[in-house]
Amino acid sequence: MKTCLIVDDSAVIRKVARRILEGMNFKVAEAEDGAKALVQCSDAMPDVILLDWNMPEMDGYDFLRALRQSPSGGSPKVLFCTTENDVGAIARALHAGADEYIMKPFDRDIVSAKLEQVGFPAQANAA
Amino acid sequence: MTDVEFDFLRAYLKTRSGLALTAEKRYLVESRLGPVCRRFNLATLHDLVGALKTPRDPAVEKAVVEAMTTNETFFFRDRTPFDLFKDVLLPEAIVRRAAQRKLRIWCAAASTGQEPYSIAMMLQDAAPRLAGWTVEIVATDISTEVLEKARAGLYSHFEVQRGLPVQLLLKHFEQIGEQWRISQGLRQMVDYRPLNLLHPFDALGTFDIIYCRNVLIYFDAPTKGDVLGRLSASLSPDGALLLGAAETVIGLTDRLVPSPTHRGLYNQARAAGARLASPVAPPLRRVVGL
Repeated sequence: MKTCLIVDDSAVIRKVARRILEGMNFKVAEAEDGAKALVQCSDAMPDVILLDWNMPEMDGYDFLRALRQSPSGGSPKVLFCTTENDVGAIARALHAGADEYIMKPFDRDIVSAKLEQVGFPAQANAA
Repeated sequence: MTDVEFDFLRAYLKTRSGLALTAEKRYLVESRLGPVCRRFNLATLHDLVGALKTPRDPAVEKAVVEAMTTNETFFFRDRTPFDLFKDVLLPEAIVRRAAQRKLRIWCAAASTGQEPYSIAMMLQDAAPRLAGWTVEIVATDISTEVLEKARAGLYSHFEVQRGLPVQLLLKHFEQIGEQWRISQGLRQMVDYRPLNLLHPFDALGTFDIIYCRNVLIYFDAPTKGDVLGRLSASLSPDGALLLGAAETVIGLTDRLVPSPTHRGLYNQARAAGARLASPVAPPLRRVVGL
């Protein structure tokens, strides 16, 4: 089973995203900011990270830059999932190492489509 | 809505759009035509049926057909037909049409434009190989309303996130408030025209590649056969027809055959027969086990 770490300071967003991802056969873990997410990644690197931008302690952008510089930090597919929806923010995220970008609000179809684009078609995640 | 009124609407939609509604789709008629009633200040579906009978109002007729048309689409929908275009059909066409330097593509159920624009993006990426070529994308749909949206090329953030990689969003779209507009260059590559597939379309000319995906499923078998036969007549002898995943030509026409190698791709039966008869065609050796 593929693993996904949801990094978002909103418990509501984490709950909604968890429901969507578990419905797609992902094993889901959660972190409420970038600093906690980095610790979790050092313990067990997930296959996919769904990453908010604005969070306390360490925001998504700084988390991503730190992740990509860490050992094995290049392997997870990172999907930014944020209300920062302007072109400049998207370009910055890609430059920092994001693989895809989800603009909030999102729904299951968007998450599914974006995961497929980074190599995780819905029906294949149980393998 | 009485049974008689439902039967009238079924027959009406079948004649005008080819839509074959089963009795179980009664709920669909009620849910989609309710807003049409409100738009034209008609109290009930009974009144709408009356308005369709006499005297006929073209605006009501058009609204009824458009309301019952399914316009579900997104960029690079199902992915495979577009990978096939980029990796197989376009490179083959560039070789086959090297002398004419002309390529014609038809999206026969273009809806709000995501399919033709997906093709246009791939053609723009291939621009260096197509320098000096005339490339046409003709995109048709029965609904003038969706064609207006397609021409405008303006999409919500939900629409640009379904199927479109974010890199292509940045490359080809301009952000306008909460919406995203596809570039003028891509908009100019697509020629949108209203067309009912039940009506003759030979005036459009001959195409090298035809996308007619997820529309035949709404037709009954004789209508599917008729449309497929006429699509074959509009397809060049070595052309490619792409249908939706739930669609086929089998049992509907003998003028087209499935590609032996690519699902959803169909070729002219005569051309396929000629390839099989050719002693130099590599597939022949495999087919006959030589």
